[in-house]
Amino acid sequence: MAKIRIPTPLRAFTDGAADIDVAGGTVGEALANLLDQHPELRAHLFNGEELRSFVNIFIGDEDIRFLQGLDTEIDANESLRIIPSIAGGLK
Amino acid sequence: MSALHSRLADLSKDEVKRYSRHVIMPEVGMEGQRRLKASSVLLIGTGGLGSPLALYLAAAGIGRIGLVDYDVVDFSNLQRQVIHGVSTVGLSKLDSAAARMLDLNPEIEVVKYNEPLTSENALRIFGEDWDVVIDGTDNFPTRYLVNDACVKLGIPNVYGSIFRFEGQLSVFYGEQGPCYRCMFPEPPPPGLVPSCAEGGVLGILPGTIGTMQATEAIKLLLGIGDPMIGRMLLYDALEMSFHTIKIRKDPACPVCSVDKADVALLDYEQFCGMPAHDHSEFSSVDDADDIDVQTVTVHDVKSALENGDDVLVIDVRDPHEWDISAIAGTLRIPKPDIQLAKNGIQAGRKLWEETVLQGIPKDKTLYLHCRSGVRSADSIAYLSEVGYDLDKMYNVEGGILAWADEIDPDMPKY
Repeated sequence: MAKIRIPTPLRAFTDGAADIDVAGGTVGEALANLLDQHPELRAHLFNGEELRSFVNIFIGDEDIRFLQGLDTEIDANESLRIIPSIAGGLK
Repeated sequence: MSALHSRLADLSKDEVKRYSRHVIMPEVGMEGQRRLKASSVLLIGTGGLGSPLALYLAAAGIGRIGLVDYDVVDFSNLQRQVIHGVSTVGLSKLDSAAARMLDLNPEIEVVKYNEPLTSENALRIFGEDWDVVIDGTDNFPTRYLVNDACVKLGIPNVYGSIFRFEGQLSVFYGEQGPCYRCMFPEPPPPGLVPSCAEGGVLGILPGTIGTMQATEAIKLLLGIGDPMIGRMLLYDALEMSFHTIKIRKDPACPVCSVDKADVALLDYEQFCGMPAHDHSEFSSVDDADDIDVQTVTVHDVKSALENGDDVLVIDVRDPHEWDISAIAGTLRIPKPDIQLAKNGIQAGRKLWEETVLQGIPKDKTLYLHCRSGVRSADSIAYLSEVGYDLDKMYNVEGGILAWADEIDPDMPKY
């Protein structure tokens, strides 16, 4: 199964899990499977059917926006990552 | 890449000795060290990231280092802000940092900007001949501001960001690659991503990321190695893993893909829907400042709990804060859950959303508290949008900090 790496800020919605096994032949199917497992993530990742613009999904080192987006095909041992927008530093 | 500038400054005999471990490396040499002395770097923030940055860049002999900060040193900063110390608690961070930097290296010049960075002053401050800007801020509005001002003025921006055990590093340089907005076109809505003040951070993490930012700045100035332009390093301290991803220039980027003269600085607090700093008067439109929230004191909370009044006290802080200190007898629901539930219900969703709110009866008097009173006021605003009666909800003034001050002096404050 493919894996999705969950960034720290979103682990509050995956019971603390950092890596989640997901089924599906495309990025979109894999994310749908992720949301089936952890429905609370939906509001953080999607606005309706569209990925939110501040949510970055990478396969390996490549942004899916520069592949085929949610239609990008993945194989069973692919590693996906959600890259969060984080702002900490000063305080 | 080539060095950012060709200026060279003379080194004294003492300076050659001071920098001898640099000078004997062919990648730096006398010329490189003279170049560093002729260089200028502007640090935004002298906190977690700014501490190691300021120390190492001072030690490395960057001739002119600018600091932008308006805060004073607080005792709770010392867990990670290693440039400050117990002896400088209560002083301005600028004076505290500058004194330590000049103690480490009196050969350098420190320029202090004792003001929050804003759209009004950014171009003036950034325009005072800085070769590199380093972003060590703690909030989205300032990060977008630093990015846009750097792109407009053609200055590379060495970016570092941290959250709990995770860090990010990149160099955003519109002249040669993507900018922050190519990667993050819009900020997440307020409430979806907690700040370090709410979410916490491993004290060592800013040391790790800050020293890597300093490394990137030195590489840019010397023109050596492969700078992190077009790449982002993702660091996970718990796994001790490093992962590098590619960032591409967005040909439709409204900032780095247009003429620099056309880049206008925005009201970034409005853009992000959140305040940029503690002195800000910004209030986001759907939060508490738009409505009249009634308040109660911690003494009212105490008597309600003791007398068994028909009042529900709700603690909207995050779960890990409950472990630090908590008032017995409260219902605990984190503010982000309330906000998400409100958003979901307004968007027509029910399942998870109604589960979150089912513990909060609509016919009961509610006292809401957080750490200091901001998140609980916002939570009241959210609840009022999904059917809860404003007349029955009260914000606990001063939150659990007031409880610690006035009711339970043994309670730890954070």
